[in-house]
Amino acid sequence: MTGRFTDLYDNEKEIFSYDKYLSKKAFFVVICILLSLVALGLEVSLGKADIGFIESYTIIWDHITGNIATDPVGAQKDLIVWNLRLPRAIGAFMVGLILAVGGAAMQSILKNPLADPYTTGMSSGAGLGAILWISLGFCLIPSLYGYNAIVINAFVFSMVPTLAIIAVSKYKQATPTTMILTGLGVMYTFSAVTSLLMLLADPEDHKTAYMWNIGSVGSITWDAIPFIFIATVIAMVFMTYMAKKINILAMNDESAVAIGVDAKKYRIAILVVVAITVALAVSFTGTIGFVGLLAPHLVRLFVGSDNRYLIPASAAFGGMLLLYSDCIAKEIGATGLPVGVITAAVGGPLFLYILFRHKNKIWE
Amino acid sequence: MHIKIDDIDFSYSNAPVLNDITLDLEGPQFVTILGPNGVGKSTLIHCINKVLKPTRGSVMVDEINIDDIKLKDMAKKIGYVPYASTDSFPLTVIDTVLMGRSPHSGWRSTDEDLNIVYNVLKMLHIDDLAMRSFNELSAGQHQKVMLARGLVQDPEILLLDEPTSNLDIKHQLEVTYILKDLARSHNLLVIMISHDINIASKFSDKIILLRGGTIFSIGTPQEVITEKNIKEVYGVESNIIDVDGHPHVILKRPCDESV
Repeated sequence: MTGRFTDLYDNEKEIFSYDKYLSKKAFFVVICILLSLVALGLEVSLGKADIGFIESYTIIWDHITGNIATDPVGAQKDLIVWNLRLPRAIGAFMVGLILAVGGAAMQSILKNPLADPYTTGMSSGAGLGAILWISLGFCLIPSLYGYNAIVINAFVFSMVPTLAIIAVSKYKQATPTTMILTGLGVMYTFSAVTSLLMLLADPEDHKTAYMWNIGSVGSITWDAIPFIFIATVIAMVFMTYMAKKINILAMNDESAVAIGVDAKKYRIAILVVVAITVALAVSFTGTIGFVGLLAPHLVRLFVGSDNRYLIPASAAFGGMLLLYSDCIAKEIGATGLPVGVITAAVGGPLFLYILFRHKNKIWE
Repeated sequence: MHIKIDDIDFSYSNAPVLNDITLDLEGPQFVTILGPNGVGKSTLIHCINKVLKPTRGSVMVDEINIDDIKLKDMAKKIGYVPYASTDSFPLTVIDTVLMGRSPHSGWRSTDEDLNIVYNVLKMLHIDDLAMRSFNELSAGQHQKVMLARGLVQDPEILLLDEPTSNLDIKHQLEVTYILKDLARSHNLLVIMISHDINIASKFSDKIILLRGGTIFSIGTPQEVITEKNIKEVYGVESNIIDVDGHPHVILKRPCDESV
């Protein structure tokens, strides 16, 4: 008894115009990727050593094709671009991508426009993990020192809010709002402990601690890239695959179950993947706020709330956003302004402006 | 299409909602569940489509215990139209309805899915709304979109939770007429929760009247809609008159008040 509604009308025209409507959304993703490629050259050209915008691409291309310059100036430029600036640029793009995809998925599955990796405490775990080493010399793996100790601490503590959320939802019937509030509770606890430990820290270490709390992509090297890359691939593949389910989870749970989607199970599964990927990203950068919140909302203005397009568009836009923010951070703060300051300083007002100006309601 | 409910109970923590419900519904027909607020109407529907699990007893759909049917397979058999609500992140009408195809389609939506969605939108005369945002619509349009989403699941059984509650009289009649017509022309078993006794009486093949979590009366409108039943279940004095062969309730006053 299938196919009650299969042959009733001729819908060729409608299906064609629906496909056109989808290709407009895909176009937005392409634009963001192209603008990111522009940002890549910009980011690589910025810094003390004088390297041109076009020159950046040439140096990268020459290095990839094995055409590395042999003259002393050329060789040094290659070293600066390839070893210092390029990993930072690639890292910035991927971290922005992970945070934005995490934010987009969380907003939908928790049905709340305020949900993102920052507000649910995932990112602030990184700040706490860092200060634990800087202030107390404490690392969860005792044999590690310095940067590695910070990264491990940051990774583990970024996962704590999600573990708390899962614990709460197992212990009692947790609504999405309870889950967000649990994350928020952990975030405030983390922030308080972080502030307290800042007071105990050696004043000379304050700057490092501060960087981890605001978030900086400056310390990303090639060593970090494989981890961030794995997180990027997991985030993209999993969330794209889940996009339709994420749409369904954004409705009420009864409807989701009636359409055949076990809402509670999928909500936790998606949350865990967000937590792991975000933890991998922020453990190398510290707490970067606002990208996860801002990028999906800005993207909704262009592609709507359909996660089949919101997820890839947020990915491209989030990566682009963090890359441009880091360009600004590099340009105005030669001594190493953390990118987190820029995302908040630029993102906040931009967000407000769009919120006031835009007529269409993108969320209720 | 056969739903067989065998002696189920349901309680939320310690508050019993349903007691000893036994019910057998088979074949295409239009069934209405009536009863006062909080009597367990939605709970009963949710026990049928696996949103809730009965604390005792069993529910069989087409002779299979629903415990043994996967959610996705349930969704192919039983469609559900929720009580009207808005979403936090509204999609367009077309994308909202397309979600109903989810149990049948994989990662991507196919042209076949789109074709079915447009067919149902056209059948309900809402194809002009396809590209509008779901939350911009009126209550009547909302309800039709939700109905469309339930229908594109291509179910044999359709459950509806107060589909006419927010609608004006014209839309109430229109939506109920569509449901009645679907049951007949598309061979569906339609089970609807309603608060409107007269509309239920006019259109239903069968009425289930609930009181205190149990089935108080079940049968044709003539059998169920009586002055005595209305008084005992709703606590309201009424006159029942006959309109075109259907009982029609004229409300008088609450029994226990000195009005």
